[in-house]
Amino acid sequence: MNPTQVAQGRLHTPFHSRIAALDTLNNWHTWKGYTTPDALYCADLEYFAIRNATAVFDLTPMTKYRITGPDAEAYVNRLVTRDMTKIRPGRVAYAVWCDDAGQVLDDGTIFHLRPGEYRLCSQERHFAWLTAATIGFDVTVKHETADVAALAVQGPTSFSVLKAMGYPELGELKPFGLAHVDFQGAELMVSRTGYTGDLGYELWIEPGKAEALWDALFEAGRLYGIRAIGTEALEHARIEAGFLAAYHEFLPADETIRTGRSRSPLELGLEWTVDFKKPVFNGRRALAEEAKRGSTWRLVKLDIEGNKPAHNSYIFAKPKNNREAIGFITSAAWSPVCKQNIALGTVRTPHGKPGDTVWVEIYYQREMHWSRKMARATVVDKPFWFPERRGATPPGPY
Amino acid sequence: MTTDKYDAIVVGAGHNGLVCAALLAKAGKRVLVLEANDQVGGAAVTRPFADGYSTSACAHLLYQLQPAVRKDLGLKPALARDELATIALAESGEHVRLDGNSVSGVSDEDAAEYRAFRKRVNRYADLLETYLNMAPPRLGTKDKRDLVTLARLGFDIRRLGKTEMREFLRIIGMNIFDEVVERFDSGLLKGAISLDAVLGTHLGPRSPNTMLTYLYRLAGGHGRMAIAAGGLGAVSDELAHVARGAGVTIRTGMPVRRIVVENGRVAGVETEDGTRFSSFTVISNADPKRTILDLVGARHFETGFARRATHLRAKGNAAKLHLALDALPEFRDLSKKELGQRLVIAPDENYVERAFNPAKYGETSPAPVVEITIPSLADDTLAPTGKHVLSAVVQYAPHALREGWSDGTKAAFEQTVIETIARYAPGLGKLIIGSELLTPADIEREFHITGGHWHHAELTLDQFLFVRPLNGAAQYALPLDGLYLCGAGSHPGGGVSGAPGRNAARAILARGIE
Repeated sequence: MNPTQVAQGRLHTPFHSRIAALDTLNNWHTWKGYTTPDALYCADLEYFAIRNATAVFDLTPMTKYRITGPDAEAYVNRLVTRDMTKIRPGRVAYAVWCDDAGQVLDDGTIFHLRPGEYRLCSQERHFAWLTAATIGFDVTVKHETADVAALAVQGPTSFSVLKAMGYPELGELKPFGLAHVDFQGAELMVSRTGYTGDLGYELWIEPGKAEALWDALFEAGRLYGIRAIGTEALEHARIEAGFLAAYHEFLPADETIRTGRSRSPLELGLEWTVDFKKPVFNGRRALAEEAKRGSTWRLVKLDIEGNKPAHNSYIFAKPKNNREAIGFITSAAWSPVCKQNIALGTVRTPHGKPGDTVWVEIYYQREMHWSRKMARATVVDKPFWFPERRGATPPGPY
Repeated sequence: MTTDKYDAIVVGAGHNGLVCAALLAKAGKRVLVLEANDQVGGAAVTRPFADGYSTSACAHLLYQLQPAVRKDLGLKPALARDELATIALAESGEHVRLDGNSVSGVSDEDAAEYRAFRKRVNRYADLLETYLNMAPPRLGTKDKRDLVTLARLGFDIRRLGKTEMREFLRIIGMNIFDEVVERFDSGLLKGAISLDAVLGTHLGPRSPNTMLTYLYRLAGGHGRMAIAAGGLGAVSDELAHVARGAGVTIRTGMPVRRIVVENGRVAGVETEDGTRFSSFTVISNADPKRTILDLVGARHFETGFARRATHLRAKGNAAKLHLALDALPEFRDLSKKELGQRLVIAPDENYVERAFNPAKYGETSPAPVVEITIPSLADDTLAPTGKHVLSAVVQYAPHALREGWSDGTKAAFEQTVIETIARYAPGLGKLIIGSELLTPADIEREFHITGGHWHHAELTLDQFLFVRPLNGAAQYALPLDGLYLCGAGSHPGGGVSGAPGRNAARAILARGIE
């Protein structure tokens, strides 16, 4: 679509013809204005493609901005909480950005494409905020979601697929690295990033080459179990990886109306992304104050007994005689690969320290009748799923 | 080049900068004041504008200098004339005279109503005065001092009594137009009050908030006006004298190029000639936009704050006209004694509103409102013997004139103003031997005030008290360690009041200087 045109109705991504051809369920939803499949044939099997083979997910609708100009580095460094001067060209950083009150607006990945040139990918749209942040900087922010076609290629055999496509040199790519390669005369950007917590890559190309890229990828992946997947399978994988999702683990601060409904990075377990050594960044003053005073909330990863996912559950300090809940579950799933009943939640401090036991009130239905169970849960420190292959360079030949 | 270190550096020797510096020095601090112009006083200066003629360049009446400031600094400005009356000029010669709380030249009903009106507004102004002379409390805080002040504010409003409290809360956000048409018949009276409410603002009498601006004018002296001997520059000179006496170093002709930020805090200033002065406390008498966006730079602040600073409204609309006159002009049916008062051209409330209309679209008023003084009648230092100076505040002349300010547009507007005055003073044109028109654009350039605005930032409820000049900077401290504001842009606002300077000094001392 011409970016100057106003979109009418639901949009198709440049990969739509290929995804529609593989689709058997006709289950679609809208993701930032684009037609996106919930699942194409079976969400469970698609999930196993992520963990056991290669899964391909169309992430074109993900919000993307291009940041260029002499002050680009200083700009992103003031924008986000972590130290971006350490992210050299060819590297990618996971980052969160806050408003002046130190409350999270969103998280995302920032790609240092070339010196002075960045791509910021976020869950939500932020053009107004990113534009406001340019005041005082010689920098240009361009919304480029529709200008870049992108695929996530995730799973143990994903490197083998790319190698079979003719890119063995990508074996040298470390996690959070990016490289530019040639694809049929066009520039293909490959980054070792993803939302699955597994070995995986993301591929970025001009929309005109999207279908050709898809075809080449699936041709190369034929023997490696390559599968197209929908959002449901990915959602499962991201909970196992312990990644945050907007509107689940946090609400973008500019979307909240009631006070106390937003979260700071310190309340989301992201202290490691907040660098107080930087003299100024958005939210610094408020976060410094919070670090001194203590946070109200804490994000917890929970290993829960039993096998009933704790969707929408309250979290309690004790199994009974509780006066009030200490928090609630924000994402929950049974993890086939971990064989664990896992969840992410938000609890009031001082509850929820790693190793603590908390109690989760799970409601479940059997033949119309509801049952309730108080399940013991342990607060864990590490992601539920973090296979060795995720960090190995070069990746193994699965 | 680095020179020695000061406890505090004040950027700009406007009257507020001088008040702040003097109070800090009196508290034992080593203070340096750097002024861009060659004269101290900022916009409160007396300067020549024609051969042998001089006058107060911007502000020309002294009426808001806060008693608390006078007392703290022992100021005794020499007055050439005190307790000026306001004469609302009528083309017919049937002028209306407003003198303190009484008015003449109107019906008995109007006169009685005016007394009642003044009694009431003076009471509200007294309430306001208390809060103009302290740092405004913050909302949503647990700080004890803030909570006490807030409680006191609530209590003071309640103490007006049930009826008066209701009335106060009813009118505080209102426009002056509705208030005057409800009370008075006389167009001249309604026009004169309307003019008082809108002088120096980008507001017309029908704009919300103009009751507030009217009360603001009355706070601290009930609007009693004086002509300072030697012009307002003499008041600034006295302030500079007091400051120097307290140990302040004042250097003029030293424009500050930037406020130096190191490791996320203020570390000093750098002047245009490259000289670096070090201090961990820098107090800006410059307007908030200039301070935040130019002198420091938006990148040293967080995004939300920088965005608010960008959106701060500061569109000046008051021009200043100075005429060098060969002889005393004759105004229809005005005695020489009356000529020495304050003369206003605002025949009725609609006239003032109509004058404002073009300003919304970047045009000057074809029939402007004018506040005239002839200070040379009371002060013979301003003009050669037998000659006179006419000093006028003229509205509306938008800072961002759509056509752009040029010699041509300035000359045309000057002609409009002279013709407007000449309707009341026939023969004025023949007496003019020199003139100077300062548009808001000129005021911006010559006095370094963004938008050329009297108040540095529009004086409206959304930029008042807890949120003046903007949320996050209402207690003189900016969200950058060591940086403060002390000018008209901060609470309570503009006018030669000294209140922002005094409040800032007290707030800074309360926080402690590193």
